[in-house]
Amino acid sequence: MGGSGSRLSKELLAEYQDLTFLTKQEILLAHKRFCELLPQEHRSVEESLRAQVPFEQILSLPELKANPFKERICRVFSTSPTRDSLSFEDFLDLLSVFSDTATPDIKSHYAFRIFDFDDDGTLNREDLSRLVNCLTGEGEDTRLSVSEMKQLVDNVSSRAREREGRLGLWLKLSLPQILEESDIDRDGTINLSEFQHVISRSPDFASSFKIVL
Amino acid sequence: WSLPLGSGLRPGGLPQGAGGPGNPSLDSSCFSSPAVNFLQELPSYRSVARRRTAILSRDRQSGTLLKPTDSYSSHLEGGITENLNSQSIRKYALNISEKRRLRDIQETQMKYLSEWDQWKRYSSKSWKRFLEKAHEMTTHLELWREDIRSIEGKFGTGIQSYFSFLRFLVLLNLVIFLIIFMLVLLPIFLTKYKITNSSFVLIPFKDMDIQCTAYPISSSGLIYFYSYIIDLLSGTGFLEGTSLFYGHYTIDGVKFQNFTYDLPLAYLLSTIAYLALSLLWIVKRSVEGFKINLIRSEEHFQSYCNKIFAGWDFCITNRSTADLKHSSLRYELRADLEEERIRQKIAERTSEETIRIYSLRLFLNCIVLAVLVACFYAIYIATIFSQEHMKKEIDKMVFGENLLILYLPSIVITLANFITPMIFAKIIHYEDYSPGFEIRLTILRCVFMRLATICVLVFTLGSKITSCDNGTCELCGYNQKLYPCWETQVGQEMYKLMIFDFIIILAVTLFVDFPRKKVRPICVPAGMPECADFASWKLHSLICIFSFLFFPQLSLLYTCRPSPRQFRASNSNFFFLLVLLIGLCLAIIPLTISMSRIPSSKACGPFTNFNTTWEVIPRTVSTFPSSLQSLVHGITSEAFAVPFFMIICLGFTLSVMGSHWRVLSRSQIRDKRYLIQKLTEAQGDMRN
Repeated sequence: MGGSGSRLSKELLAEYQDLTFLTKQEILLAHKRFCELLPQEHRSVEESLRAQVPFEQILSLPELKANPFKERICRVFSTSPTRDSLSFEDFLDLLSVFSDTATPDIKSHYAFRIFDFDDDGTLNREDLSRLVNCLTGEGEDTRLSVSEMKQLVDNVSSRAREREGRLGLWLKLSLPQILEESDIDRDGTINLSEFQHVISRSPDFASSFKIVL
Repeated sequence: WSLPLGSGLRPGGLPQGAGGPGNPSLDSSCFSSPAVNFLQELPSYRSVARRRTAILSRDRQSGTLLKPTDSYSSHLEGGITENLNSQSIRKYALNISEKRRLRDIQETQMKYLSEWDQWKRYSSKSWKRFLEKAHEMTTHLELWREDIRSIEGKFGTGIQSYFSFLRFLVLLNLVIFLIIFMLVLLPIFLTKYKITNSSFVLIPFKDMDIQCTAYPISSSGLIYFYSYIIDLLSGTGFLEGTSLFYGHYTIDGVKFQNFTYDLPLAYLLSTIAYLALSLLWIVKRSVEGFKINLIRSEEHFQSYCNKIFAGWDFCITNRSTADLKHSSLRYELRADLEEERIRQKIAERTSEETIRIYSLRLFLNCIVLAVLVACFYAIYIATIFSQEHMKKEIDKMVFGENLLILYLPSIVITLANFITPMIFAKIIHYEDYSPGFEIRLTILRCVFMRLATICVLVFTLGSKITSCDNGTCELCGYNQKLYPCWETQVGQEMYKLMIFDFIIILAVTLFVDFPRKKVRPICVPAGMPECADFASWKLHSLICIFSFLFFPQLSLLYTCRPSPRQFRASNSNFFFLLVLLIGLCLAIIPLTISMSRIPSSKACGPFTNFNTTWEVIPRTVSTFPSSLQSLVHGITSEAFAVPFFMIICLGFTLSVMGSHWRVLSRSQIRDKRYLIQKLTEAQGDMRN
């Protein structure tokens, strides 16, 4: 019975306001945008609260489309057993963590989970190098130009190899220093507390870790 | 095999990570999960956690730790004790369904509390909700919220910080305008338009030379049609009589029913008030940035961690901006490698190479100095030429020639500020610095150039005002032939500078940036500090700021591509505020000199009955009761008040910086001491 008039009840809104960092307007906007991702017939309030939206549709949101970490974000916030879809409450959780008013501790906690590509509870060398790959746009979702594709296919991608070489060189240069700074217990990996400690001294983190609809 | 770490840790409720047996050294297997406890025992972490709203609560008797942000799966059943923090649920890093369960548990626990505790919890919750609603209301009042948010989405946080800074400037100017309006303009308007029953008080001149008080207002007779345009563009004629310029305020007081409002005193006090307010507001805003940028102990480490963990702006919504961000991050990696290479090169330099480099640098710095001196001299000559030829009759000149002479100083200043950055950029190539230092030095030189050109202009005008044909000006104290009303005329020069800047920015946006759209990817905020310096220039600075806000925004949205260099928000914020602060200090200096040393003009303005502007204060003090008078005489004198005030501000800033520095080093020392103690304890335990 989907329609333009479906709104969340007052009690539900108040409850979400208690449990997340979002304001009433933000929750309503989130609900509206979430409903737009659902097929036309299933847009009623009850159905939207139960629905599970697959990743491909969530990733089509403009706020996430350009983000190199979009798959990781979805995977971290997903509570479905197969971990490949988001419910409305997962979506609210996502927006709450990325909102303006979320505490730095919450943000750093979830940032750690997002950057932990292999989900083992620590950031090791492999995680950090995949992180840098994502940052420089050479991660899993790189869109190569036609000529670059051709080069790769021809296996003569000197430029890609040069980039990789440069990346590897940078990692070789910086990783020891990153670990030196953040790895307090000297086990070669960064765990959550060490990560939060390093992030607390980073001046740009709070302003960059934000998504607003 | 019990945990080797001693009595300080009681990790009840958490999985015990028993250390590997037979392993004498403290390797990673011992630290897998007790390490987490350990780190949260660190004194620095505890003090930080105490300062922020604590997520974890620690029960001292049983030693359980509830660390909801620590684990991936919830530890609700295991870790909750009676000492459950009544912090809001949202601060726990769990998903919504788990938070619901936690809240239900909290509510059932509430039943076991006394009435008083329950009421306390309830009232604190409702108070927090009220605060949130109030906060929400105030964010709606925030100026240009949506625009700045969209800029953030399209261009990243670096550019957004520039526009937030502009918004701060607008607010500052608005407040300054309100101060001036309330204190100076309002009584005048109230009396002029007969809103209140008050009258003007005009004190006639006392034994003043008639030559000092003569002020020939603009010529009568044939007025050409373009003289209005000239008046608008140069601040003479009809514009001079408005409240924009000093000369308008000829009234000595406003007499209300019960008291007389002393206008000269109000004028002076409002000036001091808004300068002090600007200084304090800017310092307050920049304290954060100072702490980060000046107290950075290990520049490299911090910048690496900051670079990768906080490198991506999650708010970017634009695909092309994301691509730009990726390329700028790649550029930064390249720059880092380059810096490393150059550092190695510098380390390997032989002594003769070093001598060669240093002598080359000395030579090039001399060239830079020569360029600067040449520019300053050009501005000096242009100003003198313009001042002397401005007085010619309008009908003897061609329209364009007149305007050219009026605007000559502004034109020369703008040209100089345009050419010198290019020269500096060329020169610095040969000086062989590391790329980061190159950029910083170039920016430093350009900013210095901009601020110094304004200083030269002011200095030239000052010297012209205080020098007469026969040496020192004995008649009136200033050059009354050329400058019968010198405050207004200085104001007119500044007005012309501002108008010219505005026109140039407009022209550059329309005629240069639009055609240049896809050709050159440069987007650097330019021309802004001058405007900010003259934030004291009353309400018309509002127009200036508006123009800077809207035209750069337009230009930004349609023509700009951000520069390849990473434009980080924290760095740029600090830089803007620093330049603003320096500009403000530089603007205060000529103001104080002119207020206290140069006699105020006798032909116009509210200070005709005083020797200098500052004399208002001693005269007012002399009307106080005698005890107060002696006190005031004691603490204040011209030469004491201003430096004292500046020292106070400087001391304030330094103390804030110092306290942050002390906290930082103290926490590190405490951490180290704690770790050493734990280590020795653990080694002692293991030996037993």
